[in-house]
Amino acid sequence: MLRLECPVCGLRDHDEFTYLEDGSITYPKLANENQDDWFNAVYLRENPRGRHIEKWHHTFGCRTVLLVERDTLTHVIGKIKPAHPKIAAALKQPATAKKRS
Amino acid sequence: MARYSAWQILKQGLTGNKSWDPAWRDASPKSSYDVIIIGGGGHGLATAYYLAKNHGIFNVAVIEKGWIGGGNAGRNTTIVRSNYFMEGNTEFYEHSLKLWENLSQELNYNVMFSQRGHLNLFFTPGQRDAMIRKYNIMRLNGIDGELLDRDQLISKVPHLNYSQEARLPILGALYQGRAGTARHDAVNWGFARAASNLGVDIIQNCEVTGFISTGGRLVGVETSCGEIRAEKVGMAVAGSTSLLAHKAGLGRLPIESHKLQAFVSEPIKPFLDSVVVYGVGHGHFYISQSDKGGMVFGGNLDGYNSYAQKGNLPLYSDVASCAMNMMPALGRVKLLRQWAGIMDMSMDGSPFITKTDLDGLYLNAGWCYGGFKATPASGWCFAHTIAHDAPHDVNKLLTLDRYKTGHMLDESGHGPYPKSH
Ligand SMILES: Cc1cc2nc3c(=O)[nH]c(=O)nc-3n(C[C@H](O)[C@H](O)[C@H](O)COP(=O)(O)OP(=O)(O)OC[C@H]3O[C@@H](n4cnc5c(N)ncnc54)[C@H](O)[C@@H]3O)c2cc1C
Ligand SMILES: [Zn+2]
Repeated sequence: MLRLECPVCGLRDHDEFTYLEDGSITYPKLANENQDDWFNAVYLRENPRGRHIEKWHHTFGCRTVLLVERDTLTHVIGKIKPAHPKIAAALKQPATAKKRS
Repeated sequence: MARYSAWQILKQGLTGNKSWDPAWRDASPKSSYDVIIIGGGGHGLATAYYLAKNHGIFNVAVIEKGWIGGGNAGRNTTIVRSNYFMEGNTEFYEHSLKLWENLSQELNYNVMFSQRGHLNLFFTPGQRDAMIRKYNIMRLNGIDGELLDRDQLISKVPHLNYSQEARLPILGALYQGRAGTARHDAVNWGFARAASNLGVDIIQNCEVTGFISTGGRLVGVETSCGEIRAEKVGMAVAGSTSLLAHKAGLGRLPIESHKLQAFVSEPIKPFLDSVVVYGVGHGHFYISQSDKGGMVFGGNLDGYNSYAQKGNLPLYSDVASCAMNMMPALGRVKLLRQWAGIMDMSMDGSPFITKTDLDGLYLNAGWCYGGFKATPASGWCFAHTIAHDAPHDVNKLLTLDRYKTGHMLDESGHGPYPKSH
């Protein structure tokens, strides 16, 4: 069983989470009408054997979407942080972190 | 090499089985070939066989990094069927089923193809309507399919959970009688033997590590056993497709690698004489009984990208609960073995058999978790595509650029999602 260290809830079994998708993709801006940009983001994947950035949703926990670094061959988990930059920044504040713990 | 026959079995049996020839030649690589096939799974071996048999191209090597059949070809749950409804898939899988029906004779090797029938259960009126639509399309294409109501299903498989208290009571099933199972190892060995007999070199323990090209054309491959030249190279490496595509300069492909587990129980007395499958909501389950008596079953992908051929426990318990919901009588049967393989999951759940942007390089991939049934037709079409430098009618829609032009072959109607069957 993989275990993910949720920055809000702590270390949890992976079946509390839902795997969403490759987290390295940057989708084009909605106003972007370039078909190739959309095709690249929606359909093409790096699909590495090794370090992979991915999105996991803590569905049965705090429901934060996390960016997880994981090795696709060894399944070793690296850095984990909230996918939303503002939540990530807020969690870094010591005062806020204290309140939550 | 001697043909297998009843006479051979008798003769060898009487002389202590001491003079059987090895089924195929374990070759070492020559410096060049007309065609190199990368990957000694079912698809690679079948491609080599049909290149020789149908197109008279005998100077062929299959290069396998491990041992033949050590990948998904030897790890699958062996279900063979042709109940597809998208144009592109319908004719391709039916072509495959027809090849299966004569495969043992064709290869002179018993692949134990057993047309025991395939039952796809439904639980809601909406599901039934969608299945009726699919089977109507199949029948219009000359493919067999039948709708069984609850009573007909009960008389066919009496020991499913028919309780009205079940989480989702069974309403009936769609039945394909010509579908069934085959012995996966026999398929690999049968194709290997038949190809080897026609002069194909089967090279094991040799990994392709790079591609050699001059002037935008592929001229050979680099391997752990040295450089090997070829006029044409076909890639049939299933879960490793993206890795090799990067090396060939094809860039990113519409593929993710995911792992799928399979489970087999201790052998029990005859219990199930057809293949039973269901998919409803997130639940997905398929089961059959092997000729040795083991219950062979599986369910969903583990859920996250992986190149590790090992499965996780949550999925194991998920599949076990699917089994218990459907066949409570299995509750006391012990699990014997469990394993996983790496699937080349495409963005619409359908495969690619196509030329690539690099002249001389051909691609066979995107089999998701249903590529065993495709083995004969995949080899047949890939051989045609390589020999003629153009697809056959049967695989002309299995292209890489179909997403770009909006011609997805999305049977499940998910949209871009690399986890469809
Ligand atoms: C658990 C499980 C259950 C399944 N159940 C079913 C089912 O019931 N019905 C069905 O139709 N399908 C099923 N499938 C899918 C089916 O097994 C695959 O789609 C199919 O086997 C893929 O084609 P293949 O046989 O050529 O692949 P593989 O056997 O995986 O062949 C690819 C080969 O390429 C080799 N290779 C990779 N990289 C290199 C390299 N660089 N150099 C040289 N060689 C290389 C690998 O070692 C491997 O042997 C299942 C798969 C799994 C794992
Ligand atoms: Zn959490």
